[in-house]
Amino acid sequence: MSVVGPRLRPNLFERSHPGRGNGKIPHPPSDALDRLPADARREQPPALPEINEPEVVRHYVNLSQLNYAVDTGFYPLGSCTMKFNPKLNEWAARLPGFAQLHPLAPDEAAQGTLQLLWELEQALAEIGGMRAVSLQPAAGAQGELTGILMIRAYHRDRGDTQRMDVLVPDSSHGTNPATATMAGFRTVTIPSAPDGGVDVDAFERALGPRTAAVMITNPSTLGLFEKRIGDLLAAVHDAGALAYMDGANLNAILGRFKPGEAGFDVMHFNVHKTFSTPHGGGGPGAGPVGVGERLVPYLPEPRVLREDDGTFRLERAGERPTSIGRLRSFVGNTGVLVRAYAYIRAHGASGLREVSDDAVLAANYLKQRLHGAYDIPYDRPCKHEFVASASTIRKRTGIRTLDIAKRLIDHGFHPPTIYFPLIVDEGMLIEPTETETLETLDAFAEALLEIAREADTDPQAIREAPRSAPVRRLDEATAARQPNLRWKPLTGVQMPCPD
Amino acid sequence: MAYGPHTADDRARMLDAIGIDSADRLFDDIPEALRASPLRLPPPEPELVLAQHLAQLAGRNQTDLASFLGAGVYRHWSPPAVDQILLRGEWYTAYTPYQPEISQGTLQSIYEYQSLIAELTGLHVVSASHYDGAAATAEAALMTCRHTRRSRVLVSAAVHPHYLATLRTYFAGRLEVDVIPLAGDAEMAGTMDLEALERLLSEPDRPVAGVVAAQPNFLGLLEPMAGIGELAHAAGALFAAVIEPVSLAVLAPPAAYGADIAAGEGQPLGIPPQYGGPYLGILATTEALVRQLPGRLVGQTTDLDGRRAYVMTLRAREQDIRRDKAASNICTNQALLALAASVWLATIGPHGLRDVAAWGAVRAGELETALAEVGAPRLHAAPYLNEFAVRVPEARRVHRRLLGRGILAGLPLVEVLPDEPSLRDGLLVCATELTTADEIAAFAAALSEELAETPRAELPVGAAR
Repeated sequence: MSVVGPRLRPNLFERSHPGRGNGKIPHPPSDALDRLPADARREQPPALPEINEPEVVRHYVNLSQLNYAVDTGFYPLGSCTMKFNPKLNEWAARLPGFAQLHPLAPDEAAQGTLQLLWELEQALAEIGGMRAVSLQPAAGAQGELTGILMIRAYHRDRGDTQRMDVLVPDSSHGTNPATATMAGFRTVTIPSAPDGGVDVDAFERALGPRTAAVMITNPSTLGLFEKRIGDLLAAVHDAGALAYMDGANLNAILGRFKPGEAGFDVMHFNVHKTFSTPHGGGGPGAGPVGVGERLVPYLPEPRVLREDDGTFRLERAGERPTSIGRLRSFVGNTGVLVRAYAYIRAHGASGLREVSDDAVLAANYLKQRLHGAYDIPYDRPCKHEFVASASTIRKRTGIRTLDIAKRLIDHGFHPPTIYFPLIVDEGMLIEPTETETLETLDAFAEALLEIAREADTDPQAIREAPRSAPVRRLDEATAARQPNLRWKPLTGVQMPCPD
Repeated sequence: MAYGPHTADDRARMLDAIGIDSADRLFDDIPEALRASPLRLPPPEPELVLAQHLAQLAGRNQTDLASFLGAGVYRHWSPPAVDQILLRGEWYTAYTPYQPEISQGTLQSIYEYQSLIAELTGLHVVSASHYDGAAATAEAALMTCRHTRRSRVLVSAAVHPHYLATLRTYFAGRLEVDVIPLAGDAEMAGTMDLEALERLLSEPDRPVAGVVAAQPNFLGLLEPMAGIGELAHAAGALFAAVIEPVSLAVLAPPAAYGADIAAGEGQPLGIPPQYGGPYLGILATTEALVRQLPGRLVGQTTDLDGRRAYVMTLRAREQDIRRDKAASNICTNQALLALAASVWLATIGPHGLRDVAAWGAVRAGELETALAEVGAPRLHAAPYLNEFAVRVPEARRVHRRLLGRGILAGLPLVEVLPDEPSLRDGLLVCATELTTADEIAAFAAALSEELAETPRAELPVGAAR
């Protein structure tokens, strides 16, 4: 593959030599800490690595080269929307006016950021068809928790306290049931119908006076639009429950479907998916939440408010007693939101609609190209992603989806999401996004077709993949049985050190 | 579209391969009645225009003030090497290392982060990042409930008010939170009332899962952490310390005073304030509590050829495996900020870290003297590191007037702790290694003038809102 850097590197601690790396900070007077009581002081200084700057830089640059990333190649990780991260946005977030602003700075010192946040709320509300938006949640999962806590508060305010169930399709992200548990609800899992949509009969049977909320991802994690969504939402509301939309797959439907208009009561946006903020090796994201009229009173605090004179301010603590409160400190992951704002302003309405059109077109094209070589369990037009399966290949050759994923690495590609959703046998969820060229899409399709042929001709090569990555497959069992979660000098001596 | 590659010809080829004539056909499954109304958004901005627009917005913020504002977010020197490393696309455009063979950079850096925070805290198991100090503190409190199978947590009134508010939201009426009041006596005022803690711990039929206290506390004061931990443990509760990582260069680490969990805000480790985030939630614990720890963990292992390598591990705690039985719903975390903190620590080194912490103490001492001389003495007597409250009559108004003179005079405590009468005239101020002697002198001079214009007699009673 294209990103093979040098092989393994010693860790930071192994690079340490006492006496190196000083001189960044002048030394304070020797009596600097004398006024601190002895029992509050640290006896032994922490054994942190001592490394000079050139070695620190080499350490991290070399480590970075062991990573696959959107900036190095195609990353069709389904459900994660690994689109290009515009460089202008990185520049903008680092402008001193944004980056150096203290979150408790008085409102009058923060008018630029407050205006940006307020305008972003308006734009997201428009995109989601929602009444209002809170930018506070730090990630999609925290947005889910925010939404479900608001629904809980709504039912409680109406004296409707017996509603303890949250209905979740079996194809959902794991965060949905985990969120229901965190909010003190019971998860009821709804099976999928053979066409990949929600099983309407099972859904209606589960709905009732105990149902607090339904969490639906639309398009679903199978990449399919829920055609019966209108009927499902009507049934939810007839039962007195509220509907939550997991917005993880919003990249498919920008300008085509506004969840709030269709009847969803609350949704979250994953700005690190739809709105191109970088995934950061696992984060940060931001998970703004949009709500319909009924849930506006419960939005987290603080909201960003615009005064009649055109200035902006943050809501004060306790100003809105119906709020569910805070989900985190300060106003939100503002630095991430600056990037999302820049992305939305760069595209406008026409550009965002084109984003979805191209993302959906690319996914359908790839699906078409894999036809015949891989199983396509739900063979109808998909949205921004689709599920392929190696079920038949496995029956014929013993080669599993995991093996195919690892072999893709040898072809220079990041594998798709595998074994998710859980309901597809040997599934791989492929999401190309709108920023990949036709040449890249074709090369990826060719690689998968080649691997499917190789499964018959040379299955051993696939089982031993990857061969061209910095390391081969890992011993995950030992990692879990004998966890080594931090460096200790003794361990470092025992392990073979490559340099 | 700004970043898309497709020409009309590309699109035509794809449509042709699929066998349709328009991309609209791909949306036929959206029921007609539910199709979106037209998007009403401002028109697209070409990059040049957008760049000017963003710079203009950033310019409307005032960030050139002489700032004495901390209150949980602290400015520190960040060597330019740090941000240049972070700007490598291999770091920030990758995602969760699901494929370890092509993610060893991220995985090793997380393992190193876990090791660095373990050194600082003395606790061996470190979660590879939560959203921020508030969410990490809430998760710590939830851990104490899961481990003890009890449902009541005691939180010091001097924990950051946003953390307490977040913890209440996470508990959401399912679990109980009681606040431990501040001590009233002069010597220990502003720190935890240990007698009240003892009373709260011994209430019949209300067993306590965990005690949460901050070091330094929100008012900048040093708490008797060992004593708090002993009381908690004697009652069968766990002890969770809310820490500030830079201070751990010079203050006793949580493991030394018996904390079972350390939670805190990692922002001071070289992460810019950026109006609230992205920051870094630190969460560390003992080996005994590893199964209760939410969030990602990376472990060292070997590959098929016996080469040292790293992989996500103990995944059975996480939501994508365990769904409704998971330890938390956390998925996307703050990995890039964990990397930022590690690079900063590696660049500045242990001596640099100690000097940063010590300079904060030095400058804060100078600030204390300068403010006392102009009539704004400390509000409390307990020791502090680099942040403390001073008594300023009409703190809100004075704070506002000083802003007009280019000075961000910390935080009027009444804004965040309105129910604490003892803090009504309090201004919380801090210093770091970036604070200069000139800034301190300018603050003192301006405050002196403002105080001269505020005769005591004219003070309205209960000016606090």
